[in-house]
Amino acid sequence: MEKFDVIIVGGGPAGLSAAISAARAGMKTVVIERGDFPGTKNVMGGVLYTKATEEIVPEFWKEAPLERPVIEQRYGILSGDELVSATYRDPAWAEPPYNAHTVLRVKFDRWLAEQAVKEGVMIIPETVVEDLLYHNDKVVGVRTGRPEGDLGAEVVILAEGANNFIAQKAGLAPKLTPDRVAVAVKEIIALPQEKIEDRFCLEPGQGATIELFGDSTAGMLGTAFVYTNKDSLSLGLGVMLSQLTASKLTPNDLLERLKAHPYIKRLIQGGETKEYLAHLLPEGGYKAIPKLYRQGVMVVGDTAMFVNGLHREGSNLAMISGKIAGEVAAQAIKSGDTSEQAMSVYATRVSDTFVVQDLYNYRNINGFFENNPHFLKVYPEIVADSMRMFFTADGVPKRERLKQIMNNAFAKRSKGSILKDLFGAWRALK
Amino acid sequence: MKLDDKLYLVRFNTDKLNHIKILNNDVCLRCETKPCTFICPAHVYDWDEEENRIAVGYEGCLECGTCRVGCPYENIKWEYPRGGFGVSWKNG
Ligand SMILES: Cc1cc2nc3c(=O)[nH]c(=O)nc-3n(C[C@H](O)[C@H](O)[C@H](O)COP(=O)(O)OP(=O)(O)OC[C@H]3O[C@@H](n4cnc5c(N)ncnc54)[C@H](O)[C@@H]3O)c2cc1C
Ligand code: SF4
Ligand code: SF4
Repeated sequence: MEKFDVIIVGGGPAGLSAAISAARAGMKTVVIERGDFPGTKNVMGGVLYTKATEEIVPEFWKEAPLERPVIEQRYGILSGDELVSATYRDPAWAEPPYNAHTVLRVKFDRWLAEQAVKEGVMIIPETVVEDLLYHNDKVVGVRTGRPEGDLGAEVVILAEGANNFIAQKAGLAPKLTPDRVAVAVKEIIALPQEKIEDRFCLEPGQGATIELFGDSTAGMLGTAFVYTNKDSLSLGLGVMLSQLTASKLTPNDLLERLKAHPYIKRLIQGGETKEYLAHLLPEGGYKAIPKLYRQGVMVVGDTAMFVNGLHREGSNLAMISGKIAGEVAAQAIKSGDTSEQAMSVYATRVSDTFVVQDLYNYRNINGFFENNPHFLKVYPEIVADSMRMFFTADGVPKRERLKQIMNNAFAKRSKGSILKDLFGAWRALK
Repeated sequence: MKLDDKLYLVRFNTDKLNHIKILNNDVCLRCETKPCTFICPAHVYDWDEEENRIAVGYEGCLECGTCRVGCPYENIKWEYPRGGFGVSWKNG
């Protein structure tokens, strides 16, 4: 059986970052990936954060296959045909040090894997890891789907993504449940560069993002998004599986419904759909974080539920957790101690970063929305009604109008309920 | 745009081995809402009225894993296609 210092299961941002940091620390490192090469199985909306990526590959923007630097972010609520939105734009974000870029994962992950190879990492593609190998209680390697495919390691890092099958088998993570995952679908819609720049009001090469709540997902807990690539748009949405199941709608119904909305329709007009994609998103939050380690194993990225849905951050949490795990693995191996206690350093270190801290801050939010489904149905309506009334010039004195706005809101939801909702939301975010 | 037309755009390296199996057809008979038939983004599962069972078109599977989590009776045995087989995204 061939032996390595570190075996990493999965070649996404988490696994590749772990590999790079372990190899830099001198470890004989291998990444096992089930796709043709890293990236071919991977989907995201497409926003890659500069700060985290730079910690893995300094000045990556000089070489990495990026689509557009994001200079504008829009958050909106759809209510029927209406849209209420807020936008932040800063052209400075088009220059280093940037804030974020849009990417396409097939290209980006492949590039990141090449950087890993440069650091001495070996990548074994087209290979599914089926289980861990144990010696007594200690993990000593992995079993792959290949004939004679057992590989030995001092430390195994699980970076298998949202479908955390190996972590479940190892007793680290419980079974996934419909209230802890979101189903996401997306289309790549080709459009000429100038069209994109005109429609999104961008200088050549600049990018923008739009996130939409409310009716964009038929009032289900979830979001829809539109991101600009070089010569295409990424348009998609994700919804909690529990809510989709109750709705009886299909993911593609939701996507087509979104594309037919007057605002979206105009953005994608004349575009040609090039690809239709689907993926799972871990949305369990802090309370669903699995056991992060045991003797000879660590869990990183989506496998560890490290996704902050509200801020659509995932790849950055994956990279930072991966990096730390790679470092801890190297340290443990060098000191000849890969015990459970040595691995626990990873949990301590990752808990000291934004990765776990942000999830902790939002620990009550999913439960809050699950228990208050009206939130995403009534409030988009109230907000849109209020804005419409506010902007309508029809001779009604403003003082009177303000009263109408309040009365309309209270008719849709009583004063007491609104107060209760606000208090609840504040507590969930506190 | 129809789902079939969208799936036509997806690149597959189809394995001749089926990676999806319904464990017990009787359980499906008792499954009221049959969520697998609508939560799957690729409509891999279809209720076959004549045969009274779920028909599985594994070749179109996008490997998201939704069905495995969403079947209320854990009646779907879903494993990854063998290494190198299955969906191969062009953009991601
Ligand atoms: C629609 C959508 C939009 C998103 N938008 C954003 C966004 O805009 N910004 C952002 O930061 N995050 C976003 N995310 C989240 C982000 O994609 C994830 O958090 C991130 O990809 C996690 O990285 P990972 O390496 O943990 O997992 P993954 O990227 O899923 O990588 C896991 C890898 O492991 C491989 N693998 C799995 N099991 C095995 C096995 N048994 N054997 C061998 N190989 C295996 C897979 O093929 C894959 O390559 C989005 C996610 C989705 C679905
Ligand atoms: S959801 Fe599960 S039990 Fe119900 S019909 Fe589908 S496979 Fe059968
Ligand atoms: S993994 Fe996804 S695409 Fe494949 S059958 Fe299950 S739900 Fe459908």
